[in-house]
Formats: sequence, structure tokens, C-alpha cells
Amino acid sequence: MARISYWGKLSDVAGTHREQRPLPGDVRDTDALRAWIDMLHSGDGVFLHISNRIALNDEIVLEPSAVSDRDTIDFIPPLSGG
Amino acid sequence: MFLSVQPISAPELLAEFEQATPQAGAVVSFSGIVRPRNAAGVKVTQLHLQAYSPVTEREIAKTVEAARARWPLDGVRLVHRIGDMTPGETIVFVASASAHRRAAFEATDFLMDYLKSQAFFWKKETTEQGAEWIEPRAQDYADARRWSPEKETSDARRQ
Repeated sequence: MARISYWGKLSDVAGTHREQRPLPGDVRDTDALRAWIDMLHSGDGVFLHISNRIALNDEIVLEPSAVSDRDTIDFIPPLSGG
Repeated sequence: MFLSVQPISAPELLAEFEQATPQAGAVVSFSGIVRPRNAAGVKVTQLHLQAYSPVTEREIAKTVEAARARWPLDGVRLVHRIGDMTPGETIVFVASASAHRRAAFEATDFLMDYLKSQAFFWKKETTEQGAEWIEPRAQDYADARRWSPEKETSDARRQ
């Protein structure tokens, strides 16, 4: 099961801040991950947008990167600042 | 400790910091306070601040170390509130101590520019008209660029 977190405004789109889900077999990289999550949460393309970055295991990754069920995944929208 | 879910008192933090840096000749502090009205002039009832722990703390620690490497500092204190706040509450406290004022001023400014533009925080503002996540401001990015190596190089060329 992958642990997936949605930060900032993306938590409103996903309807949750955190969830655990098994990744579908065809979701092997961040491109497929974005498309799957966008469909799952009816994101209307918001999860595909590159301004929303992805972190795997607490590190923002260059995309596309490989993903697996063992990963901690974070969807990171532009920062608001402190 | 960089993040606090409990209210923070800037006067108390400053007093503690000054006691902890008796060798300093200059202490500069900055306190950020939750504004009573937003940019559109609408009354703010609550501000929620979300941090991406432990990444937020890890990256702040790196930036504090970068400040220590760049300026001759005797100490740095940085505390940021997270969670729910109301107008008038202190949201952030940053202080730097040095032998002389310039380093303390610049290090505090540098750390605040980092917090405003690059730290992993998201803010949700609740007003009488509803709640919305706050988008980043171009001015905060412009302020942060003042400290970039490219800016230093171009400044040096002009001198």
C-alpha cells in the first residue's frame, strides 16, 4: 500500500489529507501516478499540472520517476510561504 | 524546535535569546503577526498553517546552517507557528545575534525571505466570506532572489 498525502489546496480537491491505496499494476511511474490520481479524485487535470510537484519518500523527484507500493507519496502544490 | 502548535510569545523568545547570546553586540529580531484583514480588506477570522513535517523542519535547519555559514553569527532563533491562529497572534519569530549589526540584520532578513518563499508551508485563510488557500506572492520570490549567488555575482560586477 502506498501512503499518499495531499498538501494545501490539493487536500480539498482530493477530499482527504492522507490515504493508503494499493497502486494499480500499470502505475509504475509518476506520469501514470498523476493520471491515476487525477481520475480517482476527479481532479479535472489539477494533479497533472507540473506546478504541483511530487515527493517520494520525503524528497521531491525529477519526473518521470519510478513509483511503487512501498513509497510514501506527497503531492505538493505551490508553497504559500510562512 | 522550529515549529510550534502552541502560541508563541515574541518578547519571551527575544529575552531568552538575548540571555543565550551574552557575547553578541547586536541582536535583530522579526515578529510576524496574523493580520486582522486580508489583502482585499476583508476581516480575517482564522488562519490555518500547514507544514510538511519532517521536511519543513529539515529544510529550515539547512537554511539556518546556510545563514551561519554566510554571516558571523553568535546565534539564531527561529520559531514558526502551525495549526490554527487568530488575528493578532504571532505567526513567526526570527532572531539573529552577531558581534555587529549588519550581519544580524542581513541574516534575519535572509531567513524571513526563505520562510516566505521556499519553506514548506501552506496557509488557509478564513474570512467572513469563506475559506481559501493562499497563493504565493511574486514579491516574496523577488525578495528571496536578493540572496541568490547569481545576484551576488551581478552586484559584484557593478561595483
